[in-house]
Amino acid sequence: MEKLILRRVDRNNEEMILNFGPQHPSTHGVINFIVETDGEVLRKAVPDVGYLHRSIEKIGESTGYHGFMPYTDRIDYVAAMFPNEGYAMVVERLCGIQVPKRALYLRAISTELCRIASHLVSIGTMTMDIGAFTPMIHGIRERETINDLIEALCGARLTYNYHRIGGVAFDLPEGWRDKTLAFLDHFDKFLVEFDRLISFNEIYIKRLANVAVIPGPMAVDYGLSGPNLRGSGVDFDLRKAMPYGVYPEFEFDVPVGKGMFGQVGDCFDRYICRTREMGESSKIVRQALDLIQQAPEGDIVAPKVARNLKVEAGEALSRVESARGEMAFYLVADGTNRAWRVRTRTGSFTAMGIIEAISPGLMVADLVALIASLDVVAPEIDR
Amino acid sequence: MATTPKRPPLSPRAVVLITLIVGVALPGALFALILVLSAATKPLVVEALIRKFAEVDPATWPYTTLVSWGSVVVLALILLTFGAVISGMTVWWEMRVSARMQSRIGYNRAGAAGFFQWIADAVKLLFKEDLIPAEADRMLFRVAPYFVMTGFALTFVALPFGESLIAADLNVGIFYLVSVTALVVVGILLAGWSSNSKWALFGGMRSAAQVVSYEIPAGLATMVPILMAGTLSMQGIVRAQGAWPWQWFVFTNPAATVAFAVFFIAQLAEGNRTPFDLPEAESELVAGYLSEYSGFRFAIYFLVEFGNLWVMGAIAATLFLGGWQIPGVGPEVYAAAKGAGALPAPGWWGLQALSMVVMVVKTLVVLNLIVWVRWTLPRIRIDQMMTLCWKYLVPVAFVTFVFTLLWQVLVARQPALSTISGWVMFAGFVVVTLLFARQTRANIAAAGDHVDMTNW
Repeated sequence: MEKLILRRVDRNNEEMILNFGPQHPSTHGVINFIVETDGEVLRKAVPDVGYLHRSIEKIGESTGYHGFMPYTDRIDYVAAMFPNEGYAMVVERLCGIQVPKRALYLRAISTELCRIASHLVSIGTMTMDIGAFTPMIHGIRERETINDLIEALCGARLTYNYHRIGGVAFDLPEGWRDKTLAFLDHFDKFLVEFDRLISFNEIYIKRLANVAVIPGPMAVDYGLSGPNLRGSGVDFDLRKAMPYGVYPEFEFDVPVGKGMFGQVGDCFDRYICRTREMGESSKIVRQALDLIQQAPEGDIVAPKVARNLKVEAGEALSRVESARGEMAFYLVADGTNRAWRVRTRTGSFTAMGIIEAISPGLMVADLVALIASLDVVAPEIDR
Repeated sequence: MATTPKRPPLSPRAVVLITLIVGVALPGALFALILVLSAATKPLVVEALIRKFAEVDPATWPYTTLVSWGSVVVLALILLTFGAVISGMTVWWEMRVSARMQSRIGYNRAGAAGFFQWIADAVKLLFKEDLIPAEADRMLFRVAPYFVMTGFALTFVALPFGESLIAADLNVGIFYLVSVTALVVVGILLAGWSSNSKWALFGGMRSAAQVVSYEIPAGLATMVPILMAGTLSMQGIVRAQGAWPWQWFVFTNPAATVAFAVFFIAQLAEGNRTPFDLPEAESELVAGYLSEYSGFRFAIYFLVEFGNLWVMGAIAATLFLGGWQIPGVGPEVYAAAKGAGALPAPGWWGLQALSMVVMVVKTLVVLNLIVWVRWTLPRIRIDQMMTLCWKYLVPVAFVTFVFTLLWQVLVARQPALSTISGWVMFAGFVVVTLLFARQTRANIAAAGDHVDMTNW
């Protein structure tokens, strides 16, 4: 790829090739962008991915079905509940396992909390990439409470390994519900404060509005998903469009980019979608914490899931609305205790595809905003 | 196996005590030396001192020149040291303030409240390897920090500290300051070019574009107090203002209020402070022109960046905020306190020290404002930076300039105008401050939070 670009650039003009990464403060992990610039203006930015490839899909084919669960955490370490859930769901679908209601609520609670935590990191790093350091720390501070809550729930703060095939690993600890509700009360106020701190800051709006506009049809063409797709004004949320788990029981809105300060699908729309989604997730967690009281305690994992699980030959697909867009697990089983093929589809990887098409004409600072607004996480790209 | 926790070498109380002593004594001693030396390096005073202590006639004594030169050299060294120390202490202050803004603890290891951290950092940087990239232009790479340092150090020549406390009250004082601060950008541009790194080059070019552009609105805004005072001398500008807030230039002319805003923004841009920190934009250019620097060369850039906050504050205080003027103390009081002899009387020294305190407090208020701005605002983009400068600040600065010309003509005929403006603008300022405080309180309450000063 590098050679291709080098050949095309005329050495006599004023263009410059810049390796934007793999070690760069704002590439959100080890990603390289090969950038052709004319001064501050980009001619083109080509993502060069693969620095963090760890063959997770291949590992899924060489470990047992249960054994792969901790590895799925590493697919997206910022929001590790989603690959957990996606993988558990695909195996359940293939084996026809019925997950208890309480486990489904616990899954919803844990993933929605995780979505809040992930979005906090996302918008926090986004503000930092735009140059404001304080909001990021405020976001990390709130995430810390969520980490504490999830730690109380499953013992881990980053790679949770909480979901199991057929349910979840632990029930709610004592007093956890009250703590979580107290946090959510605080968090709703925090969102207002955060908006006042940075979201509607004039400089911040100027930096993001009308920058790197992705029109709705283009977003669909490039397979964007999650907040990136909804930021472009396309109302598609798997939790609403193809509900899974207990999501049909919850009332929540799907925030969609409306072009608040510019065109629909600019960086600001993607940003504001994420902040609004956190509020919706907070609503979902509240409802789930109410509804879970009706489900019998302790009934958190389906009975009779074999330890050495052997899955009959067949294939299945599960789609989860992850914090970074649609996360799909496609699994082909061949009747042994190992999967024949595990395939993961992640939001970050598809988001990387659009950068080359969007980047011409942006400025260097806009590229940083674009990468941040797409909320890519390096291990989720490379897996 | 139970390990006994290692006892700290000093009790916490002793640490607090030492920190307080050093924290007060170090800047205190420097201020005292500046106080004494900047008064004592004037030729008349030097001669009087020689007459008094050496008991010889300075006109015939062979060492007179040596003594006067020596005192100037010592003053220069003291001012340089002051620049370095105040820069380090600014770093500490900024880190503590930012930590509070961000719910962090911040510096808390070296000394009480981490006060000695800046010393530790400086020592660490001294011992770091001085790395020069293989393909760099070695000569320019080495020279660049000196330009930056020179541009910074030279400002102290014309920076007032008190009524008679200035190294040299040049009759082109502010003009001199504007020109020597422009030297910093030469160093930055050299650093950007010589590093042979694309990031550094980006940073250098951005810095050149930014600083050169913002010189213009800054210069035009500076013209407003110059016109009002009728002099370029720093002390002359301060003397033309009154001591009370409603007598400051910033309030006595409506255009000067605007000019102060323009000047403040332009100063932020010239000092590469957020929201104008594009030359070293961490998230975009890694570290901009600093990318390849390490060790002591890096320390020099660091020192200058933070030391410039003091310079910015002092210039703003001098031009717009009444400088060192003590309320109720006019020039005749100084003259009376000085006495008839060549050597000033003790009361005069007290007045000088008081004027120094006033100046320092004003400077620190502006400095703190700059720190707040840095930790609140995001960074603007380079084209927006240019737009802001050329489309908004330059025309606005021109308008204030022309308005001030008319205003001065009006004030010459109707002197009450300037008093009325002073009162009205000051009242407006008080109202805005109160509203700001009220809004802040409401915001804190809305977030379900409270102000907690106990953990400082």
